[in-house]
Amino acid sequence: MCGIVGLFLKTDRHRPKLGRLTAAMLHEMRSRGLDSAGFAVYGEGTIGTSRITVLAEGQEPDWAPTAAALETALGEPVALRPMFDHAVFETTGDSGLARQWIIDHVPGVSVLSHGRQIELFKSVGDPDLVAEKYDLASRSGTHAIAHTRMATESAITTNGSHPFVTGPDTCLVHNGSLSNHNQLREQLEQHGESFQTENDSEVAAGYLSWRLREGDTIDQALEAALCDLDGFYTFAIGIENGFAILRDPIACKPAVIAETDDWVAMSSEFRAIAQLPNVDDAEVFEPEPARIYTWSLEAVPA
Amino acid sequence: MTVFDMAEVSLRELNQALHDATDGEFEVVNPRGAHAVASGIDSEISVTIDGPVGYYCAGMHQRGSVQVNGNASAGLAENIMSGTVRITGSATMSAGATGHGGLVVIEGNAGARCGISMKGVDIVVGGNVGHMTAFMAQSGNLVVLGDAGADLGDSLYEANLFIRGSVESLGADCVEKELRPEHIETLRQLLAAAGMDADPTDFTRYGSARTLYNFHIDDIDAELAGGAS
Repeated sequence: MCGIVGLFLKTDRHRPKLGRLTAAMLHEMRSRGLDSAGFAVYGEGTIGTSRITVLAEGQEPDWAPTAAALETALGEPVALRPMFDHAVFETTGDSGLARQWIIDHVPGVSVLSHGRQIELFKSVGDPDLVAEKYDLASRSGTHAIAHTRMATESAITTNGSHPFVTGPDTCLVHNGSLSNHNQLREQLEQHGESFQTENDSEVAAGYLSWRLREGDTIDQALEAALCDLDGFYTFAIGIENGFAILRDPIACKPAVIAETDDWVAMSSEFRAIAQLPNVDDAEVFEPEPARIYTWSLEAVPA
Repeated sequence: MTVFDMAEVSLRELNQALHDATDGEFEVVNPRGAHAVASGIDSEISVTIDGPVGYYCAGMHQRGSVQVNGNASAGLAENIMSGTVRITGSATMSAGATGHGGLVVIEGNAGARCGISMKGVDIVVGGNVGHMTAFMAQSGNLVVLGDAGADLGDSLYEANLFIRGSVESLGADCVEKELRPEHIETLRQLLAAAGMDADPTDFTRYGSARTLYNFHIDDIDAELAGGAS
């Protein structure tokens, strides 16, 4: 089954309570998946810095030595925000270099996200507890996407949880199942993508990552995905300055979008949207199959 | 008029009360997109729901009437047997699916697969319908005042599909048919019952070409190749 939610705040009005609104949406999607949950939040960080979210699955390490070593490697200051098995490293250095350094030098740690805006947390267990543990409700920002998972295609692990990162400041949540993910994984590995799980959604993320690295815009990458991905899917995709939604051409997996002057919300079911502010004024519609929907901020802080 | 506030009453309590009632008027407030609201009604009661509902609202409906002042999610009036279900907003996928009888009125748009496998229900949509509407429809009437999405009436048996606007594409074995006087009369009655103001002669009728009804040995190559004649 799985549940997905996305909330994109077009104006400043509700940005201080982005996390609280997203947590309430996630709560409504608990019944679609109690195996694991995750969320990505954008636009919370200090201007002019990058952030890298990392995970040491099953551990709660002392992250300070890693932060110090990363600082030396980058030659730039690194601030550390540990959160149990997760940590966020914030730096004025290059987030891509930082990501690669962590992959190369810190065994047992996976990089969940990197970029100027994104922070990403995920864990097995009840979505409400995951949101509480990583303090979703207190977060501010411009947009967020989140997922509740009922596992079908791979094991219930934190690394098998959504969202999956598809490149700098880009991540994806998926409701559905892909039928050609094994073949696609092999092809993408030949193009230099690497995968951490047997999960089909990670392959979709890897696919978009590859297309974006080849120079596609998000619209072009999703257009290509419509040709190359076989299976059922509703995707919500977070990008640095906005978010995107795509459903497969059959569109069996549910999705509803609501939009007001202040926000755009998407979810598997309307009840996740029902308590958003001024929802009665929202234009509510079901996204059409095989149609790419994108929203973006007009100006993003550099 | 009995009022149920879903902020205070559980779904199960609400539906049990509606099942226990034999007549009367009921109002439901604060549904907040809950699933299965007012499903399984089987008496001459009248239920008004103020606000959006989730999946399977008024599912398995018999006799009685349900009106939703708002939008509905998947499976509105699924397997309706008789009576009336009306929504003032739009419905997402599979509205009126497998319905055997009764009338479903959607004043806004209906999403994908509206009237899938309909078996006698009448469905009137004020706006547009999504792709694969009336897939494998077997009996009944579908009236759409707006446009229809791709693959309308794919593999349908004997339902009448009346579309006033454009059709993106017809599904396998669905063809345009003549709008005869008896169809105009059916349309007139359905539009009146739905409270929709439209001229019956503005509609185009679509139905089954009946080429998929029986197996033809000449089609064996197409069948084996996964195609249909």
